[in-house]
Order: sequence, then structure tokens, then C-alpha cells
Amino acid sequence: MSQAEINKVTNILVVGVGGQGVMTAAEVLAQAALALGLDVKKTEIAGMAQRGGTVTSHVRFGPRVLAPAIPAGEADILMAFEAAEAIRWESHVRPGGLIAVNTLKLAPPVVESGIFPYPDDPVGMLRAAGREPRALDADAIAHELGDVRLSNTIMLGAIADSLPFAADRLKEIIVARFSAKKKELGVLNAQAFEAGCKAARAAQTAA
Amino acid sequence: MTTQQALAVDAQLISGNQAIARGVWEAGVRVAAAYPGTPSTEILENLKQYSDIHAHWATNEKVALEVAIGASLAGSRAFCAMKHVGLNVASDALMSQTLAGVAGGLVIAVADDVGLSSSQNEQDSRFWGRFAHVPLLEPADSQEAYEMTLEAFDLSERFDVPVILRLTTRICHVKGLVRVGERRVAAPERHFERDASRWVMVPGNAKRRLGVQLERDRELAAWSETSTLQEITPGTDRRVGFVASGPVVMQVREAFPEAPLFKLGQTWPVPAGAIRRFGESCDHLVVVEETEPLMETDLRAAGVAVQGKDILPRTGEITARVLKQAVARLLDGAPAEGETLGGAALEVFPRPPTMCVGCPHIPAYYCLSRLTRKVHIMGDIGCYTLGAGQPWKALDSATCMGASMGMALGMDLGRTEVDKDKAVVAVIGDSTFLHMGLQGLIDITYNKGNVTVMLLHNSTTAMTGGQDHAATGRALEGGEAPRVDFVQLVQALGVRPERVKVVDPYEMPTLFKTIREEIATPEPSVIITNQPCVLIDKFDRRPPYQVIDDQCTGCSNCLNTGCPAIHVTRRESRTLASGKTVDKSWVTIDTLACTGCGLCPETCGPDAIVLKEFAAETVQ
Repeated sequence: MSQAEINKVTNILVVGVGGQGVMTAAEVLAQAALALGLDVKKTEIAGMAQRGGTVTSHVRFGPRVLAPAIPAGEADILMAFEAAEAIRWESHVRPGGLIAVNTLKLAPPVVESGIFPYPDDPVGMLRAAGREPRALDADAIAHELGDVRLSNTIMLGAIADSLPFAADRLKEIIVARFSAKKKELGVLNAQAFEAGCKAARAAQTAA
Repeated sequence: MTTQQALAVDAQLISGNQAIARGVWEAGVRVAAAYPGTPSTEILENLKQYSDIHAHWATNEKVALEVAIGASLAGSRAFCAMKHVGLNVASDALMSQTLAGVAGGLVIAVADDVGLSSSQNEQDSRFWGRFAHVPLLEPADSQEAYEMTLEAFDLSERFDVPVILRLTTRICHVKGLVRVGERRVAAPERHFERDASRWVMVPGNAKRRLGVQLERDRELAAWSETSTLQEITPGTDRRVGFVASGPVVMQVREAFPEAPLFKLGQTWPVPAGAIRRFGESCDHLVVVEETEPLMETDLRAAGVAVQGKDILPRTGEITARVLKQAVARLLDGAPAEGETLGGAALEVFPRPPTMCVGCPHIPAYYCLSRLTRKVHIMGDIGCYTLGAGQPWKALDSATCMGASMGMALGMDLGRTEVDKDKAVVAVIGDSTFLHMGLQGLIDITYNKGNVTVMLLHNSTTAMTGGQDHAATGRALEGGEAPRVDFVQLVQALGVRPERVKVVDPYEMPTLFKTIREEIATPEPSVIITNQPCVLIDKFDRRPPYQVIDDQCTGCSNCLNTGCPAIHVTRRESRTLASGKTVDKSWVTIDTLACTGCGLCPETCGPDAIVLKEFAAETVQ
């Protein structure tokens, strides 16, 4: 194997807005890769994330990971927890990479005050850019399950078939993580994960 | 099972900051102090789990370093942490203590914010190595951050010198696999040894130490040439050899896995001899360093033929892609393959950080935003710097911690005829005021400045994630602590009691009236707001508000508060009889997010914003 092959890594970019659970989702992905014995690096720029700004977390795993941040144009998967954030980070995805987007729209004050418009059709913009986004309303699904905080687990379910390991491995990590806090949370997150998988299949059929 | 295997199984996914805290603990440190600052804050937060270390928040970075110096003199290993600009504050202590040296190992962790994710500048802390004559270690990932922390304490004691551990955001906030060890058995018990010639830096003593310092520089330079912190990868593609340190090493390895690499774990003094020999077998030698060309300059001065900033950017992070492009141009003048990968980003609105829903700073800035024609507003460093943004635009300056005070006084004294009718306001937070605001306020009172100080006391160091300080009543480890009383404090600094006003910022009309009165009074005054940050446990939510849809007239006054819980449901442009066009925006309130602060109802003419419970009753 050449040095370049040894260094081949999977790049997952998780983006959203402060408070959406971006960091937790990235942590779960990192832990799943770690459990498989892979090398992992995870980095985020969140200096002022709690202040309503964009939050990004880069997760890279493989036999050996060097730089922590995913180079522009090399993300294999983009998980966007908010529609406009998918637009913002689209160019970070490699050609043919997966974009899973939560269709939730969160308008910041600069939009509400009329200074900037919110795009009418973010998913359409992604398609126009030559992407085949996997769009789902994770917050609506989370609401049905009874807790809006489940949207990040739903999004993890939505990308689970595109990881270099079985979806069940990711599910196990999620269930273990939340069961440790409270047993019911584990059950709820397992349901959310399954709902995400299902929504992803539906989104693909629709596309 | 060998020990190594046992440790490998225990590899943890931890951040550089966590790894450093672990290293500090294992090194047997007794005292650690810091002032919070992104991206360094979590080092001390992680140290509080170790009960055998005295770890505490200091008033500012200078005090943190002085505490560490004192502990070192007492014979203990000591540590302090700060962000890059923090060492500017602490440098007075550093520049003299480096002459005196150390007793117990003394390590200063300094975290640079390359790319400015949360800072006012992008200065390169590596300059301190040369300036202060201290060795400077630069880890490239979490594992090295842990290992070099241990190494730094050994070096400090071996060479009788404080050691700087230089970090960047891509060390502090990156999680990687780390294999750790055990806490070392403390060194044979040392104690303070009285020696005025050593510890009292009067000119006579300091002069004698200069020679010692220069001799130490020579020893460090010699050690640097053969140090195990320097690591050479011979490589196979010898067209370009690289010299790099810190996290950018990973970018070099990623971009050029087959290239020769001289990786420095310690960048001052630069091992020019070893690098010269390394470069002899490469066609080109490129120094890859983020921000300033320090090593490059040192190497050029030593007569080593290198390239660096002539082909690489002077600001921000250097990525593998930037490197590939630069090297491709160097080799054949052509852009690297894949240069266009990724394409241009799609256009979308910016999402800058903003104040939280119900933030007690919002009413303060709402009031100031109504007065911007009458006041000049000198700002400071903290969440309230966000007052410069939309929709308030109520901040005219922000320079460094505490600068609002002195700058406001200077603005008052220096204003010309054009500004003679303008009042001068300084806005500063509680933690920042304690950090470096006191001295400026003394200057305002002593020099009879006409400045209205708004001391936004939200009972925490908010921007860095809610750390305690001397006016919160709580210490790092969570126990009770004495609490600074700001009213008494500012009076003691010379503000007349009549001019010290404590206001509940959620009582906006009172706040507005108070500001108007104080800016009209020609003497120093201090307005202290007293509601806690919404993100800390002292904050109590109140019942949320709701918009009665058919009473909303679309005036959009409430949007001027800048509260992120208010959302527009419909927009319309209307042309009045006069021909003038007005933009109308009808709104709704996210009641799950609303904290019930009561500010937006104050801005609502038609009384369309009411408590949610009340709205429900009305509908029934």
C-alpha cells in the first residue's frame, strides 16, 4: 500500500446552528469509528457557536488521520441540520458526495430584519448545483416522536446507509450513549435513528 | 500483554486542551491558574477534576502567571494558561522572570487563534520564544500536546527557565486519540530558598543575570540541534523538502506524504545546523508556518536557502490544498491538479454570532441604539462586543480587554468642536472590568473625565462559556467564594455615590431614562445592570410572550430589539399617500425560546405582544 492509500480517510462534515446538537452528532460518529479501531480526528470551529452562529464539526476517520479539518471539496458526507447551512457548505462536498439536509429553516436576525433574504428553495438550489440531496424534515419527525432534541439522531439515521460500516454499529453507539443517561432516552433515540433511516429511504425514492 | 499494548487499548478520544490538563496533572503540578480565553479555556476547566492540584481562575493573565511564578519559587511545579492576547497582558512578568529563572518547573500554555474564530487579532505567540529567551514547544496533535506538556516541565527545570507551550485552535479544539500515563511521584520535596540576588530583580541583580541568560541561550541552541523533539522523515520524493512545526505539520504530511520533512517540536531556538544538513539533499526547502515567517527569517539569517512566505499566505490557516497549489507553482509554474475541486460556494446570507434570546445585554444595546446620534460608545471584549452588529450597531470601538475605559477618557479629552455635544459611553462586562477595567476607571475619576460607564454585570465570563470570576461568588471547583461588590468598588475608585446606578436591564424604560440622565451629567458615572446571563444556572426563565396576530400592525419596532426569538411571518411594502414607501413586517414569537424578559412588549405600540397565558385566556 502506498502512503496515500494508507492515509485514505472518510470525511463527514456536520453543520448547523448553535443548540442543534451538531457537536453531539459529530461525537457519536467519532465514537463509532473509534469503536471499530479506526484512527479518528474531530475538530470544530465554535468560538461563538452558542451565540446563534454557524456551527461546524469535522469528523475524519480511517487507518490514519493527519489533518483534522476536511479540505474544501473533499467531504464524503455533509449532514446539514438546517437548510441554509446546507447551501453554505455545499461546495465542501466532493463530487458525488452525500448531502443530507434537514429542511428546517432557521432565520437569523439579519434575515428577520430584512437585510438578507432567506432562499425560497434551498433543496432546489442544491439540485441546481448538480447535487442529489437527501432532504427530510427531521424536526417534524422529532416532534412526532415527542422531543425536538431527537433531530440530530434522526439525521444520523439518515446517513447511516452511506457510512463505511454497518448502520447497526452506529445505532449501538447512539443507544449506549443515551441509555447511559436514562434508559428511556436510549429507546427514544433508537426510534429516532430508525425514523431517520426510513426518511432517508423515502427521500431517495422521491428523488 | 506488554505495557504498550495495555496503554493502546486505553487510547481516549480527547481534545488538545484535555490532553494538556492530563499532562499537567501527570507532571505533578501543584498550582495552576488561568483567565478564560478561546481556545485555551478548557485546559483549566479540565484541571478542576484533579483534587491534588490548586487550580483557579485568576483576575487576568498577568496575575495567573505571577501566581504560577510564586508557586515555582516555592519549589512546586506550576502552570498557567491563556489565549494569545493574554500573554501580552502577562508579558511584564514573563520578561523579568525569564532573567531570574525558576525553582519548580514553570510552564505557560499560550493558545493562538489562527484564522480568528473568536479573537481581535491573529498575533503569533512564537515571537515570545526569542523575545523572552525561553524555549517554545509546539505540539502537532493531542498526543503531542500531552507528551510535550510533560517534556516542558522537565526542560524548565533542566535549563532553569519558564517554558512556553504554544498551541493553536487546531490543537486545543481538535479531538484525537491519546494514550496517557500515570501521575508522577512528586520530585523530592523542595522549598523556597531565600536568595535576593536571584529573585529580587533590581538593576544590580538583573545585570548579573543577563550573562546567565545568554549562556542559557547558547545551551538551549546546542540542545535544540540534537533534541528528540525534532523529527526527520527522509521521504522519497526529494524535489521539495519541508520544515514545519505545530498542527500545520499534519497538512504537510497530508499534501506530500512522500516528501522529506523536518518537523520541529520546538521552534526557538531554531536548529539551523540540523535543518541546513537536512536541506542539502532536497532540491527546494520550504518552510511552512502559519501567520508569521519566524523560522524562515531565522534560517535565512543563518544562511540556509529556504522559501516560505514568498509562496505561502501570510494570514490564516494553511491547508493541504493551499500547500499543493503553492508547491505546484514553485515546481513548474502550473496550478496543482484538482485546484478547481469543490467549486465556488453558493451564495447565502451570513449567520454571524448574535446575542441570545432574552440576553440582558439586549435591552442595554436597544437603548444605546436609540442614542447613537448623541453618544460615542467605546466597547470592550466580551459577548457585548456583539452590540456592534445588527440591528443595534451601537458600538464604535473594541480593541482589547479593558480598553473601553481609557479610550472613553481619551475620547472625552480629545474630542474636537465637531463632537463637543456628544456624550461618551464606555460599555464593559463584569469579568472584563475586573480583568483590566479598574485601572481605566481610576484614570477617568482621577482625571475628571466625563464618561458614563455601563457595567454589564451578568455574573459570568459569558463569551468563553460561562466561567466564574471574583464577582460571581463561586470558585472554579464550584464552591462558594467571596464576591466583589461593584457598587462599593466603583465608589472606592472615585465615582460619587449619587452617580452609581444599579438597574434591572429588563426594566427598559428605567434603563433608558437612567442612561439619558447620566450622559447629561458632566462627571463620571457608572450604570450597573444586574441580570444574569441566560446561559448560566442563576438565570430564571419567566413565562413567555406571544403575538396576537390580528393586533400586530407590522410596524416591526420589536425587530429592532434584535431578539432572535422574534420571527417575521409576512412582509409587505406599502406606498403612503405622500409617495413614501414603508416596509411592513408582521411577526410571531417563538414561545419555546422566549424567556419572558419583557423587552419586546415595551416596543410594541398596539400592545399586540402579551404573555402567552394571557393570550390563551383572550382566545378562550
